[in-house]
Amino acid sequence: MEIAQVIGLAIIVTVLGAVLKQIKPEIAIQLSILAGVTIFLLIMDKIRLVVDLLQKLANQADISSYYLFIVLKIVGVAYLAELGGQICRDAGENALATKVEIAAKVFVVILAIPIIAAIMESMMKLLA
Amino acid sequence: MSIDLILKVAGIGLLVGICAIILNEAGKKEQAQMVTIAGVVVVLYLVIQGISDLFVLVKSVFNLY
Repeated sequence: MEIAQVIGLAIIVTVLGAVLKQIKPEIAIQLSILAGVTIFLLIMDKIRLVVDLLQKLANQADISSYYLFIVLKIVGVAYLAELGGQICRDAGENALATKVEIAAKVFVVILAIPIIAAIMESMMKLLA
Repeated sequence: MSIDLILKVAGIGLLVGICAIILNEAGKKEQAQMVTIAGVVVVLYLVIQGISDLFVLVKSVFNLY
């Protein structure tokens, strides 16, 4: 049961953070960053299994892996941006968190340009 | 990368906090600040290593770059 590990870790970090926040708030923030990174690392191993499954399914369905990789990249960018934004928000930097999210949206659109172009092309083919 | 790193950071935080309080009480404000900065730098070093681990793993899982 990995979920028990995650919950236990979160509770321990919450208690330690409550103590540390009174003594040294700057180290309490870093503690919560480290806890978030640890939980992400725990999840990543599981996500790798899901990604492998998706790739296998795409191979069986003869979907071009080019588009699958684009979708995976977008998910990765979104994950990282979420992590960074939440860390900023945790430390009380709401403006910075919003900017991280805007940057992530821009990068996602840039990554999605080939897919949008392909949709446009097939629409043109249908119309012509 | 597991719970011991988190406990390490919490321990460093408590130790630095107590040291800073003691130095403050002893009238050595500058040294208390130095201890605080040193603690923050050491913890930042640990945290950045963890973040770099995470980024490498995310890049390899999602085929980024």
